[in-house]
Amino acid sequence: MLSEALHKKFDQLVSRYPLKRSAIVPLLLYAQDEVGCVSEEVIAEVARRVDVRPIEVIEVIGYYSMLHRQPLGKYNFQVCTNISCMLRGADDIFDYCKTKLGIKHKQTTPDGRFSLEEVECLGACTGAPAMQVNYDFYENLTPAKIDAVIDDLKKK
Amino acid sequence: MAGYNNPMGNSPLEVKVISKRFGLPDSMSLKTYVQNEGYEALKKALSMKPDDVINIVKNSGLRGRGGAGFNTGMKWSFVPKQSPKPKYVVCNADESEPGTCKDRPLMEYDPHQLIEGIIIAGYAIQSNQGFIYVRGEYRYLLDIIDRALAEAQSGGYLGKNILGSGFDFALCTHTGAGAYECGEETALLNSLEGLRGYPRIKPPFPAVVGLYGGPTVINNVETLSNVPHIILKGAEWYAQLGSPKNGGTRLFCLSGHINRPGVYELPMGFPLRRMLEEIGGGIPGGKKLKAVIPGGSSCPVLTASEIDVNMDYDSVAKIGSMLGSGGVVVMDEDTCMVNLMGRIMHFYAHESCGWCIPCREGTSWLNHMIERFHGGGALPDDADTALDVSYNILGKTLCPLGDAAAMPAISILKKFRGEFDEHLKLGHCPFEKKAVSVA
Repeated sequence: MLSEALHKKFDQLVSRYPLKRSAIVPLLLYAQDEVGCVSEEVIAEVARRVDVRPIEVIEVIGYYSMLHRQPLGKYNFQVCTNISCMLRGADDIFDYCKTKLGIKHKQTTPDGRFSLEEVECLGACTGAPAMQVNYDFYENLTPAKIDAVIDDLKKK
Repeated sequence: MAGYNNPMGNSPLEVKVISKRFGLPDSMSLKTYVQNEGYEALKKALSMKPDDVINIVKNSGLRGRGGAGFNTGMKWSFVPKQSPKPKYVVCNADESEPGTCKDRPLMEYDPHQLIEGIIIAGYAIQSNQGFIYVRGEYRYLLDIIDRALAEAQSGGYLGKNILGSGFDFALCTHTGAGAYECGEETALLNSLEGLRGYPRIKPPFPAVVGLYGGPTVINNVETLSNVPHIILKGAEWYAQLGSPKNGGTRLFCLSGHINRPGVYELPMGFPLRRMLEEIGGGIPGGKKLKAVIPGGSSCPVLTASEIDVNMDYDSVAKIGSMLGSGGVVVMDEDTCMVNLMGRIMHFYAHESCGWCIPCREGTSWLNHMIERFHGGGALPDDADTALDVSYNILGKTLCPLGDAAAMPAISILKKFRGEFDEHLKLGHCPFEKKAVSVA
């Protein structure tokens, strides 16, 4: 069941565009934030909202790297290893996250709490190495900072 | 926000135009904005003829800050005056070019400046609707811009009959969901129409057939943020800030092996050597410079002997590279250029949408070949083959993503061929032991 708040957000987003299907990606992303992934239910509801067939929504999903059909961990670590970050030691940071969380690229911990992804440039180049945990940015990363972030999230 | 740092650098050599309000208290609010010349340019523009607005922007020498560097006023002038379909203004805020993080502070610290620029663009081409396409990862910026849009609406700067002029303009944000390709303007339009972000065949250009089939102007965040200043202070004032045919200032993002990384607003044509030494404070650990990427990962790499260049579109083009997106990435003497090329190819292989075969296959092959090469599995013909593959991508794709991969590849393969030969001879990377990360 999608929440009342999400339905309201959907109403507002669909009304922005001259063509309803323009709202597909925003609808999917906001729904994913609430549900944890783009579930069958989300696909059906988005299709209904913008008057397309579910297969047309699925075609769109496959293109965008932030949209997931399966749930990720509650906290998704997205470590940038693109050039500006790489030059500042991002490969070591990514390896450290792997060891610390005990998972590899695009895996989730068994308790469903953390997942890990190597991502492309996040637009935080002057604070390299950088990562995002869900939508929050963390910059000038060191192993000690990663430890602090993980400890903090474990308490939540 | 957690762990977020202000990316703005600070140097007395800066000339602040579009970043001048960044340090003010509550700089993103309408109140601060109107107290500091905000929406004055809109008032002035609405009292002018739309064509005169276009001409001022054309004469100012403002060129697209997304990377292509096309004259902005010229781009606006291609939009037909009469159109049976609605016209649109789209702001490209899909900042994704590796090494580039300048649009982010513009939206974070001064969203009204951008909004004012978009409304003026709308008036100039006589459009009544605009969209701000923000990359999905910049979620917190959507909230900031949405708040600013609501303020602008209630202040009468947006919506119906703006400031009593009879001109209507509606503006809203749109979120992407992770795709570098959507920064290319026709792919962005498809994405905004709820489709996969594949590029469209040009011509027709978006100025004639764009969003929903209507004439459309697509400009980068930084480009549009400059517009209010040009309208308010005039084309000549703006033009003289920069170098001939390269008006104004530009946000440069210094990153990589540099002592003071940051985003700096400098006059167009500022010398690269001074940027690295005086602004960036040189290279950490007193190391020597090996190479510089002048404007994001799509640009041909410059060697240490090529940094006596003025950073404007024409000067950088003259030495075979591009000013691009303003992302200046610095590499010290211990950087393995084979490894760097491998990472760049990995990026383009990941982001290629797969529509054009030379790009889809070429980027993927380059990625695999160079990774193998760096890992010690180089074959004698690999460097020549990689060069051949690159030339078979260049100019053979619908959108510039293919070129964006081929251009840095060709420059690294040619300018740093010695490093490839050394990998081949040793059977492993010669830099592995020397390389120490700064972090």
